Amino acid sequence: MSEAREYKYIGQRSIRPDGFDKVTGRANYGADMTLPGMIWGKILRSPHAHAKIKNIDTSKAEALSGVLAVATYQDFPTADKKADLARNILADDKVLYHGHAILGIAATTSAIAERALDLVDIDYEVLKPVMDIRDAMAADAPLLHEDMITEGYAEAPTTASNVATRLEMKMGDVEAGFKEADVIVEGDYYTPTVHQGYIEPHACVVRYDEDGQSMIWCCTQGHFDVRGSTANILGMNLSKLKVIASEIGGGFGGKTTIYLEPVALVLSRKSGRPVKMVMDRDEVFKASGPGSATRNWVKIGAKNDGTITAMQAKLHYEAGAFKGSPMMMGCMTAFTPYAVENMYVEGFDVVVNKPKVAAYRAPGAPQAEYAAEMVVNEIAEKIGMDPIELRLKNAAKEGTQTIYGPKFKAVGLVECLEAAKNSPHYKAALKENQGRGLAAGFWFNIGGQSSVTLNMNPDGTGTIVEGSPDIGGSRASMQLMAAEEMQMPAENFRPIVADTEHVAFSAGTGGSRTTFATGMAVIEAAQDVIRQMKERAAAVWNVTAEQVDWADGVAINTAGEDRLTAAEICKGAERTGGQISGRGNINARGAGPSFAVHLCDVEVDRDTGKVDVIRYTAIQDAGKAIHPSYVEGQLQGGAVQGIGWALNEEYVYGDDGLLQNPGFLDYRVPLASDLPMIDSIVVEVPNAFHPFGVRGVGESGIIPPLAACAYAVSQAIDAPIRDLPCSPPSVLKVIQENS
Amino acid sequence: MIFSSELQEFTGEERTEVSATSYRVLIDVLVAKYSRLSFDQLTDLAVAIDGVIIVDPLLEPLSSDTEVHFLHFVAGG
Repeated sequence: MSEAREYKYIGQRSIRPDGFDKVTGRANYGADMTLPGMIWGKILRSPHAHAKIKNIDTSKAEALSGVLAVATYQDFPTADKKADLARNILADDKVLYHGHAILGIAATTSAIAERALDLVDIDYEVLKPVMDIRDAMAADAPLLHEDMITEGYAEAPTTASNVATRLEMKMGDVEAGFKEADVIVEGDYYTPTVHQGYIEPHACVVRYDEDGQSMIWCCTQGHFDVRGSTANILGMNLSKLKVIASEIGGGFGGKTTIYLEPVALVLSRKSGRPVKMVMDRDEVFKASGPGSATRNWVKIGAKNDGTITAMQAKLHYEAGAFKGSPMMMGCMTAFTPYAVENMYVEGFDVVVNKPKVAAYRAPGAPQAEYAAEMVVNEIAEKIGMDPIELRLKNAAKEGTQTIYGPKFKAVGLVECLEAAKNSPHYKAALKENQGRGLAAGFWFNIGGQSSVTLNMNPDGTGTIVEGSPDIGGSRASMQLMAAEEMQMPAENFRPIVADTEHVAFSAGTGGSRTTFATGMAVIEAAQDVIRQMKERAAAVWNVTAEQVDWADGVAINTAGEDRLTAAEICKGAERTGGQISGRGNINARGAGPSFAVHLCDVEVDRDTGKVDVIRYTAIQDAGKAIHPSYVEGQLQGGAVQGIGWALNEEYVYGDDGLLQNPGFLDYRVPLASDLPMIDSIVVEVPNAFHPFGVRGVGESGIIPPLAACAYAVSQAIDAPIRDLPCSPPSVLKVIQENS
Repeated sequence: MIFSSELQEFTGEERTEVSATSYRVLIDVLVAKYSRLSFDQLTDLAVAIDGVIIVDPLLEPLSSDTEVHFLHFVAGG
């Protein structure tokens, strides 16, 4: 499938199957589960950013009436105990960030558990914290991990450092490319630590039964991943652990890992009672996984006609307390919107005394592409070329060699740029103190394993049993894809997200993979059902299955006048071989990259530095928009999160390494009242490797806003912006320095 | 076969041509050809075969003129 085609059901703006439950409050989220005999678990967290734990005394806490169990790192029994994940969930002999979990206590009430935390005595040796990449990479920096040797050099260093990994990617001859350039622009750019800002805090309810059979109910983007990670830490067989994904109130990558679940299970095992644990907002900010802060340097050379001759970057990503930032994906994405022969990117993964970072929408890409897009805009300004024309001249397209390996198949960057150029927004005039920014963004999108069962009912309706938690309306998309394939009304299909015991393995919802990969599994399951339907009809008519056609939900005997509807075939299934059930268990390949281009107009108050976004347009290639409303919603949501990243959001730490703004009052995400309507333009360049052309749209939309907003601010104040966020004090400082 | 910058440190060259009927065979051929490359090192990477990124391609068939790139796994948010 590569050509655009007409669809009967796909493209409809149907009502989402989970909509009524969510707007009426019936939907059950992580904290909504209650079990008989349930008790409450709470986490004791580090008051220091960096300290050795010399002794823990829980005796007074355990003596408190109502306290039923205490869990520490020593309760994690497996060979994988030293793994970073386990040491992030509960500290071993060292706390590595403010809020690092140390132990869990379960009690009959939440209040008693809280009181018990205050009764724990811990003897710390407080160490100097390392809060910034520059400090962490200094020769005399305190070490977070004294055994960490930098990986990625041909000859391994002989001494430990805070640099976990160094990575290099190159194409062509970057020095030769710079020699060809008429103009060269370079700059250092900073992006702060930011949080995904999901509304629902992490929460779980668990039960460890007498026979070791266990259940976890939790809000997560991937319940099979929760099962795997928890079982690994606790040394359990996967068959002993059932994980049920609750409804999820936002994740954006932050719920692709675990924090509470193993602790809760230990507490349940020790107490013999079900345990509920719910983070409060303070804990979410301090101790869940934010997005990396970065310090990135970019240099780009171009000819006066706009041909980019060389692109170079040095990228530094904070990993938080344990190695594993998305630096590598920053290296892979920084310059990928451009078809340029000469590129060189060097990346560093650096540990600091902050919470271990987690995925955040297009992890790693916004930070690297921010720096790259800012410099591309400066190049356009220097050579006096329209920034869209500059990008069109150098745009990645089918056949472009990427720095990370393959050449592109058909991609939609040029179409997005053309849509931007032709938009009313781009043609609109600006007033005094207003500026316009434009930026492009690239994300790979991914495939992976998805499993679906389509169980047909006797009345011809069906249940789509999937294993992908629904974050952004994916149930509706699954429903529409089943309808399109079966050629039956969407409302005939009821999608449900099953637990780990009732559907086969599915990778988590993330990376914009669900509509693409799980959608392919739905299509395969539907095809399996159609095949069975045709076989049953053929048996009834005493013809071969090849003589049976399927159209509009009806089996047609091409050798006669016979017709059997899906309902008639399913009603008679008991007499023709039993239940009709289709299966699609796949490892999807051929994910199609999605490019985005954003336009941002801002107005800056030169007296206060306050920035108002006055117009915003998000353009993105969806491949095919299965449910246009949810595609537009993804474009708008990504844009708003990116605007927040650009203009306001940042973790603020004191010199002592303590987080000073762990709440939505002081960590300011954009509200609806802060922003104009985010206009969206959905471009559709079909992905040849998906039956309906789907690419996936959840990630790319957060990439361009950083540079689009920051460049708009720089245009409005006629001064360069390098560091994010463009918050009032920082913008005012730039204005004052340049006035 | 086209090697990433990282793998070039182990292969000493950017590209090579080998004969293999499947990805599984290709890995064995490469490990035999480049003594510093290991089976686990290669199977820990994703692969693009003729431009199509495939995760866990162990049994993937290959044909003549197939272009294979090793690349890092990509995880999303």
